[in-house]
Amino acid sequence: MDFLADALRQALLLLVSPDAELLGIIALSLAVSGSAVVAATVLALPFASVLAFKRFPLKGGLLSLMNTFMGLPPVVVGLLVFLIFSRSGPLGFLELIYTPYVMVIAQFILAFPIVTAISHSAVVGVDPAVIDAAKTLGATPFQKTITIFKEARYGILSGVMAALGRVMAEVGAVLIVGGNIRGYTRVMTTTIALEADKGDFELAIALGIVLLAVSLLINSVLYYLQRKGKRQ
Amino acid sequence: MRKKIILAVLVLGSAFVVFSSVLASGVRIRCASTTSLQNSGLFEYILPVFEKKTSIKVDVVAVGTGAAIEIGKRGDADVVFVHAKELELKALKEGYFVNRHDVMYNDFVVVGPPEDPAGIRKAGSVLEAFRMIAGKKQPFVSRGDNSGTHMRERKLWRLSGIDPRGERRWYLEVGQGMAKTLRIASEKQAYTLTDRGTLLSMKDTLRLEILYEGDPELFNQYGVMAVNPERHRHVKYKEAMMFIKWLVSEEGQRVIASFKDKTGRPLFIPNAR
Repeated sequence: MDFLADALRQALLLLVSPDAELLGIIALSLAVSGSAVVAATVLALPFASVLAFKRFPLKGGLLSLMNTFMGLPPVVVGLLVFLIFSRSGPLGFLELIYTPYVMVIAQFILAFPIVTAISHSAVVGVDPAVIDAAKTLGATPFQKTITIFKEARYGILSGVMAALGRVMAEVGAVLIVGGNIRGYTRVMTTTIALEADKGDFELAIALGIVLLAVSLLINSVLYYLQRKGKRQ
Repeated sequence: MRKKIILAVLVLGSAFVVFSSVLASGVRIRCASTTSLQNSGLFEYILPVFEKKTSIKVDVVAVGTGAAIEIGKRGDADVVFVHAKELELKALKEGYFVNRHDVMYNDFVVVGPPEDPAGIRKAGSVLEAFRMIAGKKQPFVSRGDNSGTHMRERKLWRLSGIDPRGERRWYLEVGQGMAKTLRIASEKQAYTLTDRGTLLSMKDTLRLEILYEGDPELFNQYGVMAVNPERHRHVKYKEAMMFIKWLVSEEGQRVIASFKDKTGRPLFIPNAR
């Protein structure tokens, strides 16, 4: 028990006065996952509204594909992205493998279906009366879409938060495509995996606490949004 | 809505700051290497010296030796720093790499539970030690990841005339790096083969002891070589060669020799010519 208490105390000390390495790792995690989710949201919103309001062949198939992909295994995505972006792969000339950028791409692929599927159900759930009213008031299709997004904002934000929670916590994809390079592509989850092996539990525990705090924060926001959405 | 925009700007801004600070630091080369060099802490010790001198940043991707050589063959690294001389010479001959140099050596040791249930402390050779472990069916953790250490372990089993694969009861192939393999061996109180560097760097947190050492079959040579620029045009050959030349230079060799564990024992002995 001494060992556990000691490691925990060291971890708390590290959290109270964090060093540059710890801060760098946390910053990189937030930057990579944040960028991936922002990019996924920007692309997923128009896609979700097309899925919701346009009629075209294979729409149902596409929708259930998105729902299935919500549970994509991160290691499989990592493997796929690795094969594509390796120097010997089709997009190897971009020289992105083992950089933070390719980690963003992998997490984007994980986040996109989540934001799409949850936004889609939020958008579909908007009261038709609102859409009719917008039309009657002479809204252009673009203005109409904006109105719908505004109405569905809590549902959409839940999707964004769910995606963020998932990519922040994943380790398989970033480990494969990023290579866990110290000070460059090493994020919270991959550091924890490495430090636990090395027996340097202080840094692992400190990052574990940060990771838990972040997911607690995300879940509180989610809960708040859902309550607010229901009350409306 | 405004809050969301502010949040997005904050996230993108911080992403930009992190990426650009990471990218601002001059030329980067990528070194595919082994978990033993990373886990022992050697890179953390020697790279800052090189980076300060040349302002070339070395990014280390630490995997098993087999995987590191594959990364180099694909052109996903500029230089590889590994320990499987036969395999290195083969890849060199096939034209994937150029300019191989011996850098340093240490040795492999057989570790296990302090009680030594197989009694290998009394073994006359490492092959006898392996036969004793197999004879008593004592648990043995194998890297199982095609790393340099794994290849050596397989060679030792082959020479001892035993084929442990398929022995599910006591032969555990974990497919992990050296640090994780040692951790598993410690938790399961099993035997394993390890390089001395990683063991010494982790010794305090392991319930394992060196039970057999000193056989010539346990010699462990590390070598470095550059990815052939004729095969992969994009590699940073010039910078990779600067790194290689520094490693085998008087200064590089001196820095490697000065890397010691907590009790003051050197972890690697330089032997570049």
